Amino acid sequence: MTVTGRGDDADTVTTLTEDYRKREESITISSQPAGVDETHELLTLNIGPHHPATHGVLRLLTTLEGEVVRDIKPIIGYVHTGIEKTAEDKAYWKVIPVVERMDYLAYYFNAMAFCGAVETLLGLEIPPRAQYLRVIHLELNRINSHLLWLGTSALDLGAISMFWYCFREREKILDLFEMSSGQRFHTRYIQVGGVMEDIPAGFEAKVRAFLKDMPNRADQYADLLEKNQIVVERLRGTGIVDRETMIKLGVTGPLLRATGEPWDLRKAHPYSSYDHFDFKIPVGTVGDNYDRYRVRHAEFYESVKIIEQALDGLPEGPHITTDRKVALPPRHELATSMEALIHHFKLVTEGFRVPPGEAYYPIEGPRGELGCFVRSDGSAKPARVHMRDPSFVNLQALAPMVRDGYIADLIATLAMLDPILGGIDR
Amino acid sequence: MPDATELELTAQELRDAHRDSILDTEYHRDRACLVADPRQIKPILEHLVDKGYTMLASLHGVDYYPHEPRLGVLYEMLDRRRVDRISVKARLHTDDPHIDSVVDMFPGADFPEREVYDMFGVVFDGHPDLRRILMPEDYEGFPQRRDFPVGGEPVLFTFNEEQNYGKYV
Repeated sequence: MTVTGRGDDADTVTTLTEDYRKREESITISSQPAGVDETHELLTLNIGPHHPATHGVLRLLTTLEGEVVRDIKPIIGYVHTGIEKTAEDKAYWKVIPVVERMDYLAYYFNAMAFCGAVETLLGLEIPPRAQYLRVIHLELNRINSHLLWLGTSALDLGAISMFWYCFREREKILDLFEMSSGQRFHTRYIQVGGVMEDIPAGFEAKVRAFLKDMPNRADQYADLLEKNQIVVERLRGTGIVDRETMIKLGVTGPLLRATGEPWDLRKAHPYSSYDHFDFKIPVGTVGDNYDRYRVRHAEFYESVKIIEQALDGLPEGPHITTDRKVALPPRHELATSMEALIHHFKLVTEGFRVPPGEAYYPIEGPRGELGCFVRSDGSAKPARVHMRDPSFVNLQALAPMVRDGYIADLIATLAMLDPILGGIDR
Repeated sequence: MPDATELELTAQELRDAHRDSILDTEYHRDRACLVADPRQIKPILEHLVDKGYTMLASLHGVDYYPHEPRLGVLYEMLDRRRVDRISVKARLHTDDPHIDSVVDMFPGADFPEREVYDMFGVVFDGHPDLRRILMPEDYEGFPQRRDFPVGGEPVLFTFNEEQNYGKYV
């Protein structure tokens, strides 16, 4: 809407929002009425940084006209921890645990992107078994991340029971992670050259039991949500952004696929043997919140299919590269081989050196393209590590999604955007 | 990824279209990179968009200390049709680093450009809202530069907050 500006430049026509923005240049909450008359009064509402519906420490400066959101300005940086800077001060293999903490729900993906970039620089071949083990854990992590998203998003819509059901399944995945790596979060399982350890006896059976269970559980979630008129009415037709806008904004992942664009790096540019598996890319039609929910929900089934195939076809062989310059020698060799002892000592003290160069390694994370840029100067520490975190880029799509919608839809849209503030702020 | 030959062809094509726009090419581990003249970054990216690299996948900064020009801004361009990537690198000197903003071409470059400004001090001319994004608004210094010390910043307490970085004036 346009209004005529007041005062001396009464000729200039500005939008109500622009007029208001000028009054609000420093970020302060102003109670000054703006616009032409009382019926067009705008209000700035500060949401967050500590608000249960912002899914993290996110501050949203919303400009409201009545109940309608006219503009929104996300303010981030509250959990900035300087991980990219920290990484420059650590040997390559010691960077893995810190980058895992960026997007804290997708820790396998962060480690995969970083290790992939380093492996590219090293020109390292990854043994097939390691690639399959990576895929199994990445897809379990994807289900895990989507489960947390579904549980908390449903919570925002008032469906509290969904939260418990999703966390019940998530707990099983965390148990599996604990079984294979010893940790539930930030497992440090993916290493440069492969994975930390082979899966233990009994792991496969437990994963298969979970895979048998998971599709039924996903069906139950669908029954609970999609047959609930409140949920459907709040999601359908809200937060629509078309495909072209999304692409211009650099949005990737389920948000882009919900607009009908079948862009998935696992298919488009397969890495880590993803081309061995048969799976589909779920896409939406109109790109509203309901499509975003449906796309992620459908990915539960596809991830289950991928893990099943990876378990069926799990190749024999080493779980990590046998290049002793990069990967630690097995423990038992240290007692008998001087060579192994030297390698072990070199790796633990200095780490391995990476030839100079730059690499950008993109993978398909649960939220979109997770790309890791690594620059090496030939030393044992990276000269630059940068994560192109999908949440950071996708957050820019929040304004076009919520503009001119109701503030109640803002909460639902933000939940369907699935931002992880650890990844945004890094 | 384009192969080395295709990269050279693209570079030559760009040089023909815009004089001295490409200073160098780098090809390493299947990664094709054009080293661009920072003053001509927009025509170069426009040319690449016309060639099909329509999506800006990532934009990030690098500090090449001790090499000069020290700073680098990298644009990872993506062609979704051919599933092809090419990166464009613009090198800038630390004294008064300026480059044109590409937000009008790629609205998604907004946050990444602010991040590069925040962390490296590169000024993007024409950016609609160039403010710090991750660090506090009143922070001094550019923490991702290589000469910025890790842990060089004292912990803020009430008694010393006035003497330190990011102090409230």
